[in-house]
Amino acid sequence: MSQILSQTVAPPSIVVDHVSKRFLKRNSHSFKEAFVGWIRGKKVRADKFTALDDISFQVGEGESVAIMGLNGSGKSTTLKLISGVLEPDSGRVLTRGRVAGLIEVGAGFHPELSGRENVYLNAAILGMSKDEIDERFDEIVAFSEIGEFIDQEVKHYSSGMFMRLAFSVAIHVELDILLVDEVLSVGDAPFRAKCSAKIKELTSRGVTMLVVSHNTNMVKDLCQRGVVIKKGKKIFDGPIDEAVEALGV
Amino acid sequence: MGANAVPVTERQIPLTFGTPIDLSEYDVPGRGRGVLDVFRRGYLLRLLVRKGTATRYRNSVLGWLWSYVKPLSQFLIYYFVMGVILKLDRNIENFPIYLFSGVVAVNLFNEAFGNATTSIVDNRALVKKIYLPRELFPVASTIIAFIHFLPQVAILLLVCLLVGWTPSLVGIAGILLAVAIVLLFALGLGIFFSALNVRFRDAQNFVDLIKMFSTWTSPVLYSWVLVQEALENHSWLFTVYTWNPLTVAVELFHQGFWAGTTQPPAPGEVDPSILPGFGVALAVALIICLVVLLIGQLTFRRFERSFAQDL
Repeated sequence: MSQILSQTVAPPSIVVDHVSKRFLKRNSHSFKEAFVGWIRGKKVRADKFTALDDISFQVGEGESVAIMGLNGSGKSTTLKLISGVLEPDSGRVLTRGRVAGLIEVGAGFHPELSGRENVYLNAAILGMSKDEIDERFDEIVAFSEIGEFIDQEVKHYSSGMFMRLAFSVAIHVELDILLVDEVLSVGDAPFRAKCSAKIKELTSRGVTMLVVSHNTNMVKDLCQRGVVIKKGKKIFDGPIDEAVEALGV
Repeated sequence: MGANAVPVTERQIPLTFGTPIDLSEYDVPGRGRGVLDVFRRGYLLRLLVRKGTATRYRNSVLGWLWSYVKPLSQFLIYYFVMGVILKLDRNIENFPIYLFSGVVAVNLFNEAFGNATTSIVDNRALVKKIYLPRELFPVASTIIAFIHFLPQVAILLLVCLLVGWTPSLVGIAGILLAVAIVLLFALGLGIFFSALNVRFRDAQNFVDLIKMFSTWTSPVLYSWVLVQEALENHSWLFTVYTWNPLTVAVELFHQGFWAGTTQPPAPGEVDPSILPGFGVALAVALIICLVVLLIGQLTFRRFERSFAQDL
């Protein structure tokens, strides 16, 4: 393993080192297709499509960085590589401390369970222990403003209530690195403001944050630095205002 | 700007800038230790199992009664066809208990295997979004299947007690061993096919085939004595038949439940409760279970890397 030099002031929390990710465009989706394709001498495996091409950047402890780019540029793929959902084909992704993602809030919610059961389930999915959840449960419910509906089945919630509760769980997870993917469009304006405030509070406590968003106002509000990706390649890394310009929208 | 561009804000006080990073402090996201990781996330596993059992019969009137109704109706149809029409009733003492103890064992296998196979695809929302040790899902499915097996055992025990059952310690240890064999075997196969199922949904249908075979390739509806007679000229085939982990498990169930309700055989007669070469069969079955689990885990690890892409 070669050495990686630090590029940030504080020790980096996230290191993305020459990472490439290729996706397969599969030509066969069943045993039969694969077999028939193999008999006919067609390509059974798949064609490749490069989603990320030799991307490198680091995020220092306590820094908040935005990843920007147009649709399909590879932003979400980057976030998924850091969360561990995907693995890079080449290069290295390294993280220090506990990573939690506000990626697709509510993915772990079950509509048939009550709000309370869902809080426990989702918090455990995000890596919390029973004691930690017990300790923070009231805080989570208070933040979500769900109130007495907490013991109702989640399927009876309005979509706003659902998102507020899901977001509230995610934001209360004990974490060192927070990954945020287009979720701050949650709820109404007052709740959004509350979420921004909460996120700023977390970063002021030294939580490292990586945001993916198209919302340039929000990104300017939350982040100091921006990384711009275009067609899988990094084209800019620097102060957020310049990054927004580099995005050219 | 180039790849090494340094933002203005960071040029001021370079505390660590340019120094080598101590890699030992870092984790590689998404790398787990396979099934072992499941035990480190014990609390989450418990919640997943609770979720599975709690939501299974939501919105159904009969609810948990279905866990009794299904095996009972299955038992009745088998008893009617095999016992009454094909007259196996006459050759096997207490045939209903013989039948039901086998059915219960195979049901546990089918339920655990089937659920584990679809577990990854069923939880695609999570698998795609958040990193978890994905083995959690097949393991949780297997445990849920075990919980649904308990009411069936309760019925079986009740019937055995009504008929006059003399339980033996060895028999009960055998039952526990059989449950372990069935769960290990189902989990190993389930992990294997759950990974395969992500890319090829054919796996699910193939598993349905195996489930159908499982009832007939072990002595559930008939006695092994008939198989031995039929395979008289191919004794190696009969040996292979006895090595099937399900055959071993079903026989252990018979030994534990059914044999305790029957008269010991007259001297010189074949004891239908003792499978020939059982010791070897048991050892081979245990080895098969472990090998299947190992292969399943290795395959799972290989396929796991592309789960999020393929779902």
